Amino acid sequence: MKTELKTNLKAILGRGYVRLVGAHREPSWVITETLLPLLTTAAFVYVYKALKAPEEFTGFVVLGGAMTAYWMNVLWSMAAQFYWEKETGNLEIYMVAPISRMAILFGMAFGGFYMASTRAVFVFLIGSLIFKVNFVLISWEKLILLFLLTQISLYGLGMVFSSLFMLFGREAWHTTNLFQEPVYLLSGFYFPVKSLGLTAGMIASLIPLTLGLDGMRQLAFKGGSEFGLLDVNLEIGGLVLLSIFFLFASHYALKYMEYLGKKEGRLTMRWQ
Amino acid sequence: MFIQRIKENLKTTQLAGKLGWSMEANWADPLLFAIYSIIRPIASSLILVFMYLVVTRGKTSFDLFAYIFLGNAFFMYVYNVLFGISWVIHEDREHYQMLRYIYISPIRMYYYLFGRGIAKLITTTVAVIITLAFGIIFLKIPINLLEINYPLFLITLFVGLFVITCLGILLAGITMLTAHHSFALTEGLGGLFYLACGAIFQIDLLPRWLQYISKSLPLTYWLELLRRTILGKSLSHTLSRYSDLELLLIMLLTTVLLALVSNYIYKSIEYIARKTGKIDQVITY
Repeated sequence: MKTELKTNLKAILGRGYVRLVGAHREPSWVITETLLPLLTTAAFVYVYKALKAPEEFTGFVVLGGAMTAYWMNVLWSMAAQFYWEKETGNLEIYMVAPISRMAILFGMAFGGFYMASTRAVFVFLIGSLIFKVNFVLISWEKLILLFLLTQISLYGLGMVFSSLFMLFGREAWHTTNLFQEPVYLLSGFYFPVKSLGLTAGMIASLIPLTLGLDGMRQLAFKGGSEFGLLDVNLEIGGLVLLSIFFLFASHYALKYMEYLGKKEGRLTMRWQ
Repeated sequence: MFIQRIKENLKTTQLAGKLGWSMEANWADPLLFAIYSIIRPIASSLILVFMYLVVTRGKTSFDLFAYIFLGNAFFMYVYNVLFGISWVIHEDREHYQMLRYIYISPIRMYYYLFGRGIAKLITTTVAVIITLAFGIIFLKIPINLLEINYPLFLITLFVGLFVITCLGILLAGITMLTAHHSFALTEGLGGLFYLACGAIFQIDLLPRWLQYISKSLPLTYWLELLRRTILGKSLSHTLSRYSDLELLLIMLLTTVLLALVSNYIYKSIEYIARKTGKIDQVITY
C-alpha cells in the first residue's frame, strides 16, 4: 500500500515534470506564451473604451483575459491530452504501467496549472499596468480561497473531460474548439455574467470559472459587487461542491471509458 | 510550358481544397457538423453583444454596435484561415506524417497550402453568413441588403481573403522551423491584427505609435471598406479622411507588398527547413 502510494506520487511528479520542462524548452515561449496573448485582451479593453464604460470594466477584462489561460490549458492540455497521447503512442504505455490513471491526470493538472499560470500572471500584471487597473481588495483571504477552489474544480472538470475524450479521434480536436468561445460567453470572461440573467448564469455556474471569475471580480474591484451574480460566500460553497463532484466524477469516468476503450479496441487506434 | 504549369498548380489547389474540406467536415455527421459550425461564431459575436449591452443598458440601436458586430464577423476569416493554413504543416508533419510524401510528389507546396486554405475559407464563409443573418434577424443590426455597394464589397472581400491566405502561408513557413509554437503564434498574430486593425473598435482609440502600425496593415483598410460598403458610412475619424477609392488603392498596394514579402519569406524559410532537416522532423510534442 505504501509502495503504491509512493509509485503514484512519483507518477504525478513525473507527468508534471514533463510539462514544467516543456513549458520552457524553447526560449521563444516568452513571446508566444506571454506577450502575444495580451493582445486579444487589449482589444477587448478598447471595446469598453469605445463604449466609454465605467473604469472597473477594464479590470474585469484584464482579469478575464488572464483567466482564459487556465481554460485554454484545461481544454487543450487536459481534455484533449489523452487524444494526443494516443496519437503519439503514449497512452498504451500509461495503461501497462503499474500506476493509477488518476496519478497521470493529477500530474497533467499540476504541470498544466504551472504552464497556464506563467501566461495568466503575465497577462494580469502587464495588462493591469498598461491599462492602469484600480484594484480595491475587499478580502485577501476570500480572494485566494476562491482562486484556489476555482483551480481545483476547473482542473477536476479537465480530468473529467480528459476521460470522456479518451476514445475520441479527430472529433477531440473539434469538440475542444467547440468549448472555447461558448464558454468564454457563458462564464463571462469579458463581461459580468449577471448580464446573462439569473437562470442562464446559474446554468453557466456548472463551469467553475463562472463562479470563480464572478467572485474574484466582486472581491477585487470597486463596484464589483454591483455586477455580482451571487453572494461571494455562496459562490465559495458552490465551488467546494463542484470540486468534490468533479474529482469523484473524473475517477469513475476514467474507469468507465477505459473499460469501454478496451472492450471496443479503441485505446490504441490512431489517425482516425 | 507556362500554361501547363498553371494547369498543374490549379489542379494542386483544387485537390488540396477537396482534401481540406474532407478533413474539416467528415469527422461528424452533417447535423453535428452544422451545429458545430453555428455555435462557435454565434458565441463569439454574443460576447461582444453582451459587452455592449451591459454598458448601454440594453440598447443596440447605435451605429457603433453595427460597427463592432461587422468587424468581428469578418475577422473570423483572419483567425480561421491563418490558423487553418499554418496548422497544415504541424498536422501533416506530426500527426499524419505525410509532409515528406507531399514534398516528393510533383506539386508545389505553396499551391497545396493555398488549396488547404480554401477549405477553411468555405467553412468560415458559412460562419460569417450565419453570424450576419443572426445579427440582422435577432439583433436588428441596421443593414439594408439593397443598399450595399456590392461591386466594391466583393472586390474588397476577395482582396482581403487573398492577403489573409498569403499571411497564412507565411505563418506556415515559420511553423516549419518551430517545434510547437504554431498554435500560440497564430493566436498571437491573430490577436495583433484584432487589436491593431481595429476589428472591434475604431483605430482612433489606439496610442499613436500603434496607429502607425495599424495604417501599414492591409487588413485595417479591408475591414474599414467592408463596413463602409455595408453600413454606408465610417465611424473612424482617422480613416474617414480617405475616400473609398483611396482606401481601395492603399489596400491593393499594401496587399501586393505583403504578398511579395510572404512569398519571399516562405521560400527562404522552406530552404532553411530543408537544409536543416526540419521538413519531416517528428518531435511528438
